[in-house]
Amino acid sequence: MTGWLLRRIAQAALVVLLMTVIVFIGLHAIGNPVDILIGDDMNQQERLQAIARLGLDQPLWRQYLAFVDGALHGNLGKSFVYQEDAIRLILHRLPATLELAIGALLLAIVIGVPLGLYAGMKPDHPLSKALMAASIVGFSLPAFWVALMFIMVFSVQLGWLPASGRGETRELLGVQWSWLTLDGLQHLVLPAFNLALFKISLVLRLTRAGVREVLPQDFVKFARAKGLSPVRVMVVHVLRNTLIPLVTVLGLELGATIAYAVVTETIFAWPGAGKLILDSINSLDRPVVVAYLMVVVVIFVTLNLVVDLLYKLLDPRVRLEAAR
Amino acid sequence: MMAKRPSRSFDERSIWWRVGADFLRSRVALTGLGVLAIVVLAALAAPWITPQNPYDLMQLDVMDARLKPGTPNSAAGYTYWLGTDGQGRDLYSAIIYGLRISLLVGVGSALIAAVIGTLVGLLAAYAGGKADALLMRLVDLLLSFPTILMAMMILAYVGKGVGNVVLTLVLLEWAYYARTARGQALVETGRDYVDAARGQGISKWRILTGHILPNCLPPLLVIGALQIARAITLEATLSFLGLGVPITEPSLGLLISNGYQYLLSNEYWISFFPGLALLATIVAINLVGDQLRDVLNPRLQK
Repeated sequence: MTGWLLRRIAQAALVVLLMTVIVFIGLHAIGNPVDILIGDDMNQQERLQAIARLGLDQPLWRQYLAFVDGALHGNLGKSFVYQEDAIRLILHRLPATLELAIGALLLAIVIGVPLGLYAGMKPDHPLSKALMAASIVGFSLPAFWVALMFIMVFSVQLGWLPASGRGETRELLGVQWSWLTLDGLQHLVLPAFNLALFKISLVLRLTRAGVREVLPQDFVKFARAKGLSPVRVMVVHVLRNTLIPLVTVLGLELGATIAYAVVTETIFAWPGAGKLILDSINSLDRPVVVAYLMVVVVIFVTLNLVVDLLYKLLDPRVRLEAAR
Repeated sequence: MMAKRPSRSFDERSIWWRVGADFLRSRVALTGLGVLAIVVLAALAAPWITPQNPYDLMQLDVMDARLKPGTPNSAAGYTYWLGTDGQGRDLYSAIIYGLRISLLVGVGSALIAAVIGTLVGLLAAYAGGKADALLMRLVDLLLSFPTILMAMMILAYVGKGVGNVVLTLVLLEWAYYARTARGQALVETGRDYVDAARGQGISKWRILTGHILPNCLPPLLVIGALQIARAITLEATLSFLGLGVPITEPSLGLLISNGYQYLLSNEYWISFFPGLALLATIVAINLVGDQLRDVLNPRLQK
């Protein structure tokens, strides 16, 4: 197990390193940020000074080495636009995105699992069939369009929920959170639900498939034959065995959700990292884009690692195989 | 060999007959197929079934901007059944033309990616060893990062345009086909018919393309259908974010994006109708793809 873990960590580190190269080279080809940052009224000398100040006169490999050196010290450069530490800028915005992504994931579990259980228990019931059809629509819905429709219906016409911003926040552990205040929660509902739509369908289908696979197995029949109550069979025997694939998928899904939050945050003016990255791409704010990508890569690689580990811990078959 | 040919073609026909019959058994899938047919036909016939060419600025009248659905046109003798957008475009015409771009991008990128991906997958299965491991690690790497983020980066690099969007989607999608083709090819390699072909002294490459590839097609077909839907959604999303197609040739995503600013003043139709067309198209493709998977997957057949 230790050997496996070490190998897995080394692999993850390699992926991160590989991504730094790809990200760095890729971004350098996008365009020269000097053109945007420096006004036309500057003379040639001022221009050269600005280039030197930003370190853009160095050869690419030296810029890369400086970048890796900085990255190891938690310094990914200063934002051209905000004149602030890029990594701090992102970490400052990340809680808002995490709040949104985790909120969406929780909604998906709370709504998707019970519906999936029902659809798995009674696959021929009309309601189950309707749920399956609805899940296809859920997979197909263009999230950005649904977001606009949410705003139109719930904010503009009904006036129930606010359409933009985080609302009132409260501090916990040195970070501002929206879910701690009623106003913040109201602001969270629409974007979180919007981000959750796809995941609800996913969880529903996974749970249903899991239940359908577990139900005919001997241990379920045995549990029933023992005279256990249907609820206990459902929760302890069926649901627990369905959870294993669910944990895997949802763990990986958290990373994707953070990435897809770009769209939701843009529409609902949610001041998270996703909105920051879109603005930064448009203004060629290279350090922020690089820092964001690096943060996302690290989050992704870590999540992959944790999910792999959880999978081993949850599934005794995999655990035993690894121990052998 | 000679005597086998007719019976083989008969078998093939009966297989596709069965697939077709199974497919049509589901009323939901049939509806999806019907909607899809209408969408494709409408997109193909766009110039003949629309009163206006939405890309021709001469035909647009700014005075007619943001008109409610059902308002008659001030000059020409037709009605804006779905209203007009901020530039005075007839939304119905814009949607039908937008469908063209969406379908072109979706189908085009899926086809190119399918050819490249399948080839890479087969090559990996054929080569085995280090090359296979390397290619598959690359595929893993590509598939493990969120598509939207990668697409945003590539598009920021290559710039806007229909061709660039297709290029981006191909770069992101080929990996799905490669993984599926490789996996299926490896499964098929162990089958008896491959052993038989090998025994006849047929070259490895011929076996791969002539014998194994046809048997890999069913899962690739399913992936293809679902990937088209994904590509269309992704193009719409990217265009919505302002990274996809240029403003002069609005796709459905860009039309929706244009309507965003008018939403708060309750002028819903500019975003609503293009989104509805987009949704109908994607749902239809997904329904067809879903049914294809059920029909083509022998494990689900009783």
